Amino acid sequence: MGLFELAFYSFAAIILISALGVVLSRKMMYSAFSLLFTFFGVAGMYVLLNADFIAVTQLMVYVGGILVLIIFGVMLTQKITGVDIKDGSVGKLSFAVGGIMSAFIAVFFTMMYMNVDWFLKDAPITDSTITQIGKSLLTEYLLAFEVAAVLLLVAFIGAALIARRESN
Amino acid sequence: MGIGLEHFLIVSGLLFALGIFGIITRKNAIMVLMGLELILNSANLNFIAFARYGGLNIEGHIAAIFVIILAAAEVAVALAIVLNIYQNYKHINVDEINKLKE
Repeated sequence: MGLFELAFYSFAAIILISALGVVLSRKMMYSAFSLLFTFFGVAGMYVLLNADFIAVTQLMVYVGGILVLIIFGVMLTQKITGVDIKDGSVGKLSFAVGGIMSAFIAVFFTMMYMNVDWFLKDAPITDSTITQIGKSLLTEYLLAFEVAAVLLLVAFIGAALIARRESN
Repeated sequence: MGIGLEHFLIVSGLLFALGIFGIITRKNAIMVLMGLELILNSANLNFIAFARYGGLNIEGHIAAIFVIILAAAEVAVALAIVLNIYQNYKHINVDEINKLKE
């Protein structure tokens, strides 16, 4: 077994075990920290797939931004008087429904991915994808890039306005 | 047998199923958001896997970047709404929130 296979199976194990931790752990704080390891595992997968820029972006945006926001959300929405942090899980019925449905989805996807005859074409080997990404963002996808920038601005101003405490 | 496209796709499919499980079995809004993040990550993993093995090349990377941008915007707005709901209801159980305005 080569190094690539070893790295792949380790990252896959990290991703799946920590994702199980996210959906199954009793306390929301543990879920949030499991999510950290899921994000790291996915970033490792990106590195294995020669996507260096996406891997760094994943670390900066997900781990440095989204996860911090989620942990803030977890801590700001707990009752101060409550002793333990409630996970808010639902009853046995929805647990069973969710389990059956996600097992069905997992089996369906696995069977589909194994059986479909995919069109395969290896990406050309390059030192780094950053130059190519930069060029195509500023030529072919310029409009989408600008729209995304405006969307981020609008979303963050809107979020700040919504989250502001009413002054009156 | 070496690692190919299918291996990455299967990991992302399992991640998607776990995200769906998290969304269905929790009623805390922030746990639902975490399940959503798992699903977005699995979609991104698919984009990058096809970029590497399926001839999508740099377009897959661009799509993944836009997914990451939208995830950042979405989680900011969603957490702002969740904090507002918490101020009004003192809880964030998604199945008990049924009023837009008091």
